[in-house]
Amino acid sequence: MKKIFLIGLKDVRLAFRDRAALMLMLAAPFLLTLGMGFVTGRLTGSGSGGGVSEIPVVIVNQDGGEVAQALVDLFQSDDLAELVAPALLTDPAEARQYVDLDQATAAVIIPAGFTQSLVTPDASPVPIDLYTNPTRPTGSGVIKAILEEFNRRMAEHRVSVAVTVDQLIANDLVPPSEIPLLMERLIAQEFTADSTAPGIRLETVRTGPETVEFDVLAYLAPGMALMFLMYTVSNGGRMLLAEQSRGTLPRLLVAPLNTAQVLGGKVFGIFLTGAAQMFILIGASTLLFGLNWGDPLGVILLVLAAVAGAVGWGLIITSLARSPGQVATIGSAVMLIFGILGGSFADLSALGPVIQMFSKITPNAWGLTGFSILAAGGTLPEIAEPIAALLVMGAVLFTAASMIIMRRGLAQG
Amino acid sequence: MTPMLEAHNLVKQFGAFTAVKGISFEIQEGEIFSLLGPNGAGKTTTISMLSTLFAPTSGEACIAGYSVTKEPLAVRKLIGVVPQELALYDDLTARENLSFWGQMYDLSGRALQTRIDEVLDQIGLVDRANQQVKTYSGGMKRRVNIGISLLHKPRLLFMDEPTVGIDPQSRRAILDSIKELNQQGMTVLYTTHYMEEAQELSDRIGIIDHGELIALGTQAELRSQVGENESLVLRAAEGDDLETFTSKLRGLPGVLQADVVDHAVTILTPEAEDILAPVISEANALGVKIRSVDIQEPNLEAVFLHLTGRALRD
Repeated sequence: MKKIFLIGLKDVRLAFRDRAALMLMLAAPFLLTLGMGFVTGRLTGSGSGGGVSEIPVVIVNQDGGEVAQALVDLFQSDDLAELVAPALLTDPAEARQYVDLDQATAAVIIPAGFTQSLVTPDASPVPIDLYTNPTRPTGSGVIKAILEEFNRRMAEHRVSVAVTVDQLIANDLVPPSEIPLLMERLIAQEFTADSTAPGIRLETVRTGPETVEFDVLAYLAPGMALMFLMYTVSNGGRMLLAEQSRGTLPRLLVAPLNTAQVLGGKVFGIFLTGAAQMFILIGASTLLFGLNWGDPLGVILLVLAAVAGAVGWGLIITSLARSPGQVATIGSAVMLIFGILGGSFADLSALGPVIQMFSKITPNAWGLTGFSILAAGGTLPEIAEPIAALLVMGAVLFTAASMIIMRRGLAQG
Repeated sequence: MTPMLEAHNLVKQFGAFTAVKGISFEIQEGEIFSLLGPNGAGKTTTISMLSTLFAPTSGEACIAGYSVTKEPLAVRKLIGVVPQELALYDDLTARENLSFWGQMYDLSGRALQTRIDEVLDQIGLVDRANQQVKTYSGGMKRRVNIGISLLHKPRLLFMDEPTVGIDPQSRRAILDSIKELNQQGMTVLYTTHYMEEAQELSDRIGIIDHGELIALGTQAELRSQVGENESLVLRAAEGDDLETFTSKLRGLPGVLQADVVDHAVTILTPEAEDILAPVISEANALGVKIRSVDIQEPNLEAVFLHLTGRALRD
């Protein structure tokens, strides 16, 4: 065990003495986060309290019913006044054009029949059409979150309203002809200003007194860190093959160690380097950007799990490559593909369902999910799923890669 | 007494290619044994099997009684390996390299620091111990490469062509240090394709070619294989047709063997002076311009030439 630790520490030392590697491990993700922070206005002070604000959204109400109007009123409510800047339009095509021309973050189109579908027993609700701007992933995510919360509460309330109405019918307290109108009003009441229900706000309300604001950097910083973590793990794999050809790995194999210790030490070194990179980036962004990453224990466990998942991918790339150059080339390609697939550049929720499905193979997507939960005030149990997924990913890939490497022979490339 | 090294019919195949074809030899404790052969002869593969890096395809070898295949960890504690390539971490200093490798050989604490200081002194790098290896000359790197293998005071030291690509001064220092280590009781298995090094260092020599051990013995025993024959070496002008010249020479009385090596003609003969006149005459007839003539006593080059029909550097 001691020798595994010593080999790992030596590799960390070597990685942090490689200036070119340091540029990509630390400087590049930090500078990209910085740049994107300026682009989004997070670092220029144009945002509200450092988070996204006044998101331009266009709304088209083709329905005209009370529930549809309740949704419009919700977007125009005081609760969301700082967060969104709604504008009403009548033509869905015009609304979409606003988004296409980057004049709006999203278009919310309430189709005709929306309210009617809610008050008709056993009818499926007509879905609201959300058209988002892929260049504004964070704002799009916010609008989507508001709609999801609206739909969730409406569905819950619809059930209780239906029960109430059933009782009224059973007791002959309301004529059948008035039932649809009554249901419409009762459902809409959930969102009216004088309702006792809490208003929809983009805040995660916890049991404690504090609320946590969404910060765009809480999405950008882990996105960049996770993308360049893929560089670090593939660079670790490149170093493994470089040690084969340089002769230091064969030299280790004739020292009093067994092969598992040597491979274990190398993997531990890649893991340590990746973890060190992540913690340095997290520390730097906390100190310099005032970024709140969330529950510290959750962050530590999520970082370790994300590194484990990424190391698995780094080892698979290494096991399939024939030379250090191949690892570098494949590793760079995988870094970019995973960055795109995993949501480092664009909000995953704004991408199509197929891409969202494929994103599950990346440590980026799981890591980002976990970091977003933590940044929004989530607790350890809430990130259990991403942590478990990352650990399983790491274990499966490590096992497969180890078998390939051992079968090929650690001494030979 | 158990030999320090016993190799029995070692074979190593890489796919369809057989790199080592049934090599057997022994090395006694305190010996310097050289494996002499051209590049690609199978020297490094042999050392790789003996040092437990590769398992032999067949055959067996023991180091101080421990099997290299069944007891590799016990073997690794007894041996030191100086690889042909510079197996160092360039971004670490010499002291950091020695410290890391020392810990891999179970050294630690004060004992490790003392041993590092001793080795740095031994390889003459005390003054530059704290500079990164990448700032060193080739000769200095070679010395660190050797120093690493000495840290744990191995009983048997494998040295795989440790003088390749270095300046004469560093080469001299390395050869002297090997003799010194041997005088301190260390057994050495040395591989080289330089005949002079094998002659200077070795108690016994194995000549290896195409994966086979073609001769084995003391220098005197090996030289006796070519009898009292001398080598007549003729250097000619660039562009002369030495192949035709050599084929003519092979027909002359007293010429046992004639080959072209490094644009020189090497003739094996019982009496070089006796054939000098007809050789010069043949050169004149073919228009070959002789630049220098050298008569050499029987040596390992002649032995190799005699056994293989080729020069060591072919």
